[in-house]
Amino acid sequence: MHLDADVLEVVGLSLEVSLSAVLIAAIIGMPAGAALALWRFRGRQPVVVLITALMGLPPVLLGLIVYLMLSRSGPLGVLGLLYTPAAMIIAQTLLVLPIVVALSQRVIAGMWEEYAELMQSLNVRGWRLIATMLYEARFALMTVGLAAFGRAIAEVGAVMIVGGNINHATRVMTTAIALETSRGNLALAVALGVVLLLLALVVNAGVHIIARISGEKDMVSA
Amino acid sequence: MSARKCLLSVLGVFMGLLATLIAATETRAGETIILQSTTSTQNSGLLDYLLPKFTRKTGIAVKVVAVGTGQALKNAARGDGDVVLVHARALEDAFMRAGFGALRRDVMYNDFVIVCPEDDPAGIKGLKDAAVALRKIAETKTRFVSRGDDSGTHKKEMELWRAARIDPRKESGSWYLEAGRGMGATLNMAAAMGACTLTDRATWIAHNNRGDLTIVVEGDARLFNPYGVILVNPKRHPHVKEKAARAFIDWLTGPEGQRLIAAYRMKGRQLFFPMRLKRDKSVGHESNARK
Repeated sequence: MHLDADVLEVVGLSLEVSLSAVLIAAIIGMPAGAALALWRFRGRQPVVVLITALMGLPPVLLGLIVYLMLSRSGPLGVLGLLYTPAAMIIAQTLLVLPIVVALSQRVIAGMWEEYAELMQSLNVRGWRLIATMLYEARFALMTVGLAAFGRAIAEVGAVMIVGGNINHATRVMTTAIALETSRGNLALAVALGVVLLLLALVVNAGVHIIARISGEKDMVSA
Repeated sequence: MSARKCLLSVLGVFMGLLATLIAATETRAGETIILQSTTSTQNSGLLDYLLPKFTRKTGIAVKVVAVGTGQALKNAARGDGDVVLVHARALEDAFMRAGFGALRRDVMYNDFVIVCPEDDPAGIKGLKDAAVALRKIAETKTRFVSRGDDSGTHKKEMELWRAARIDPRKESGSWYLEAGRGMGATLNMAAAMGACTLTDRATWIAHNNRGDLTIVVEGDARLFNPYGVILVNPKRHPHVKEKAARAFIDWLTGPEGQRLIAAYRMKGRQLFFPMRLKRDKSVGHESNARK
């Protein structure tokens, strides 16, 4: 691997895959988490326990399940998605979804104590309640997104199996590190690891800065 | 921003994302085939050297999934690949017999070597009989890292243990260690713990983290390591891109591919010997004592 264009390509794909996965998981998982926190329905508690347990799902197991689904001999084989970035996004979305749901549920449940009276007096309920609470919790939810992003970008087991670590197609930071390690190029592997770390740092710092600026604006307008 | 506006914008982002996703999955101009291959062809850099030349000539892109021979054949049997390039003749023949392959051709060869720490803890340096060497490793309880992953190298190793009439798996976890990993990772482990292992010569030469490991046994005829290329059977898996896959197989086993295989050098050494440009068929003819 050359430490220039190839690395940029790998970094780009890592970001594309993991950010897409987090975005999709957020779109599905945050409303679901809010629903778990705000709605009272039968079987809610078992669902919360199950989702919390799924937070610890080993990526390699998830990768295997997605592989069996997307394999040409699997139920979704006709889509031809195996060994594409789309397969990697699917695997990582499923990987971080439990994290997004469980953490969102906790965030919203924590805020509910503060907002319950107001919302009930305004008679906000159902889907509107979820949308409103998600909006009110947006900065805390950014942290949820970051936690999910951290898990996705650092994960190697699932993307290795469903992506195949194909050069110029599905090679991401973590699988590149695994490959260079197996080639005995330990210095290069560590260098890639440092790039990965810097990347996570930049994304985290970026989100914090955005949260801070928007937070200040809100205070001014309030 | 009202909650509704917020939802709408989120929806917009989602649709945009879906569009990029679909665009990303569509293959770009030109045909693409998937090659299920082994870690040795990837870790040695051979495929990185060969494939761009094939793509430039034909416009067919080749995506490589590098796993052990056993896994490569299993993936291909499920239809997750168009072509297979592996090195375990018995497994390849079984694959063909089961009807998963439509065509198999010899491509190239090199040989396996047994590597141990420099101080030769098993006392096998220079032995010409690989089975005798393994028996001595077992007798001296010298640590030995096995691939343990059903790869071509692992199959060869088990064949040699059988020839030595020893079942090392009884000792698994004591001196016999089953790594369950690729060749490069196994070499890393052997180097780190001062153990012996069996490796193909290509990965060995290309590897950059050998520690004080050195070749102690080479040249046994049983250490011959031939590679075969197989077309996944389109009758079994209709989505196989037969035309492009055949073009690749013809090129790899034809004069141009064979010449390039012979020309490939790593650290000034030839790693693979083409099977269809008949010249010198003896194995281990290229002495590889570490200088």
